[in-house]
Amino acid sequence: MTTNVNAAAMTAPRAIIRPSRGWVSLRLGEFWEFRELLYFFVWREVKVRYKQTAIGAAWAIIQPLFTMLIFSLFFGRLAKVPSDGIPYPVFSLSGTVIWTFFANGLSQSASSLVDNSNLISKIYFPRLIIPVASVLSGLVDFAIGFMLLVVFMIGNGIHPTGRIIWLPAFVLLALASALGAGLWLSALNVEFRDVRYVVPFLVQLWMFATPVAYPSSLLHEPWRTVYALNPLAGAVEGFRWALVGTKYTPGSMFVVSAVMAAAALLSGAFYFRRMEKTFADLI
Amino acid sequence: MSARIIEVEGIGKRYWLHGRTRGYRTLRDTVSDVAGKPAQWARAMFGGAKNPARKEEKAHFWALKDVSFDVGHGEVVGIIGRNGAGKSTLLKVLSRITEPTTGIAKVYGRVGSLLEVGTGFHPELTGRENIFLNGSILGMRKAEIERKFDEIVAFAEIEKFIDEPVKRYSSGMYMRLAFSVAAHLEPEVLFIDEVLAVGDAAFQKKCLGKMGSISRTGRTVLFVSHNMSAVQSLCTRVVWLNRGQVHEFGDTRAVVSRYLQTAARSASEESWPDPENAPGNDKVRLKRVAVLPFDDRPITVETPFRIEIEFWNLLERATLNTAVEIFNHEEICVFSSFSRPQEMTPGSVTAVCHVPGELLNDALYRIKVFLVRDAREQLLIRDSVNFEVHDVEREVAYFGKWTGVVRPALRWTVDAQPDGIESQRQSVTVER
Repeated sequence: MTTNVNAAAMTAPRAIIRPSRGWVSLRLGEFWEFRELLYFFVWREVKVRYKQTAIGAAWAIIQPLFTMLIFSLFFGRLAKVPSDGIPYPVFSLSGTVIWTFFANGLSQSASSLVDNSNLISKIYFPRLIIPVASVLSGLVDFAIGFMLLVVFMIGNGIHPTGRIIWLPAFVLLALASALGAGLWLSALNVEFRDVRYVVPFLVQLWMFATPVAYPSSLLHEPWRTVYALNPLAGAVEGFRWALVGTKYTPGSMFVVSAVMAAAALLSGAFYFRRMEKTFADLI
Repeated sequence: MSARIIEVEGIGKRYWLHGRTRGYRTLRDTVSDVAGKPAQWARAMFGGAKNPARKEEKAHFWALKDVSFDVGHGEVVGIIGRNGAGKSTLLKVLSRITEPTTGIAKVYGRVGSLLEVGTGFHPELTGRENIFLNGSILGMRKAEIERKFDEIVAFAEIEKFIDEPVKRYSSGMYMRLAFSVAAHLEPEVLFIDEVLAVGDAAFQKKCLGKMGSISRTGRTVLFVSHNMSAVQSLCTRVVWLNRGQVHEFGDTRAVVSRYLQTAARSASEESWPDPENAPGNDKVRLKRVAVLPFDDRPITVETPFRIEIEFWNLLERATLNTAVEIFNHEEICVFSSFSRPQEMTPGSVTAVCHVPGELLNDALYRIKVFLVRDAREQLLIRDSVNFEVHDVEREVAYFGKWTGVVRPALRWTVDAQPDGIESQRQSVTVER
């Protein structure tokens, strides 16, 4: 016992609790220590999402499928929107699948802190885990939607090329954008419940500003590159380019979007950490 | 015992009242507050830095103030105090849920905190799934939960229902499972808040036994409770918090007995240390209503006493006064009284009504509190504490209930003039 006591006394404290000021470090090491909790949060979100629904995970197919059908009818058939040389249904479905991943990740992470207020006011853990888990749990729905897309590609005789190795990079780009925006909005939502009303509106506007139902090739350079300041423009175009194989390779778009997504993610994470100390008191 | 595992030095926690009383703000509040000045708007959004010019105007209160103590390795320390004395806030600060405003605390060990049982339980998930989820939230590793799984289920006595969603559990089963997961935590330092108040008597006894065995394994425990017998049986030392400050810190037996004496004396008190939950509105919020004896003895029909009303004024330059109505057990208003209206700025206000002795009869009374603006607008009306006025030993030989709503000590003059007629009548009476 005595040796134990001395050992405990001599080691550095495990936790030093004192007021923090201003911008603080992200403490990613601690985040890593809590990775099992992150896993359980993702697992919980996935498990609970379709509990007590009649058709369960079929919702993950129905949403992109019907969006694609409506787009194909109105934009593809009636408005004759171009689709970069691939069948319009495949074009819009590929856009919808990656867009839906982003949009769900954004909305769920934006409300995630408030939804978990009981945890935040009762238990300590790095709060970053909550919005990150919300975005990551969307990967399951994304995988289901992706399967649907593969079926449509095969049906239309489209085979992926070697570019497919870039695919994860564009999924990551969408993920980083969703998380970046989600971190900002979730932290703001703790104090300003206005966020609840902003999010659906924001998602709707953002989709119109993203090449989901139309190709970015409608724009000419340099405007096309400027357009990529919306990181989702690069993510959606890139996703299509890598998987379905659109004609152009809009390299400058990818770079601009990647920089924007990284900026959103970093600024979001630092803002989140700065506000974190007030969460338990305000939520 | 000598090595310290928790060191707390000058910990304080301040809460701001301005604009936060309704729970949360809307953007519009912030925008209108700062009158559209972008710099101030940004400051509001980023929190932290407060505008010094506005600081003075904002009402605040210290939920904890200059709290210092230390806990040795393997000690079980109790934290006691009245409702709202800062006990839970202290545990929240030490478990890093919320940051202190001042001071520093060091914890030399892996912390597990139990401020509530069943935190993170999801009703749609099964008992089995919730054990993993809750265990992980409380800081257990997956491997550790797997190892203890059977033990947790057996302790909770829910073997048959382990694969049912917990929303179908009875509240007793739910609580047993929740406590069972928590009881199998094995951190070096454990913070516990009132978790013993769950389940039926038999399960509570089992929980207490478990707590005892936890403390015997050399684990350090910080234990918040209202249950003095639990505190006395488990704790070696006790921190007595009073209004956010350490009133006394020392040996359990001595501190608890003094705490119990004080609690008995000042039972006629109601306080709301957290303005968010305090009765009131965006103009005024009640902080404390107390009936206090003149000295340490109970209030009697002979002794004076005072009624203290504390509240937060959130209004700029308002003319306010405080009023009380005293009702007896028959709902008769015995008297009412009000303070002189005074102009006030935002902050804490204490109004004291001095009631003389030899006025009220022995009975149970109830106080109704009024906060009034401009001597006519009632900002707040609240039925508050009851208090008892005790009887005293009487010099006369009558021990029945003294009649009357009040029992003032009135001056009597008795002038007896003996004469013949009177004595005759007396004699008649006697004859009869």
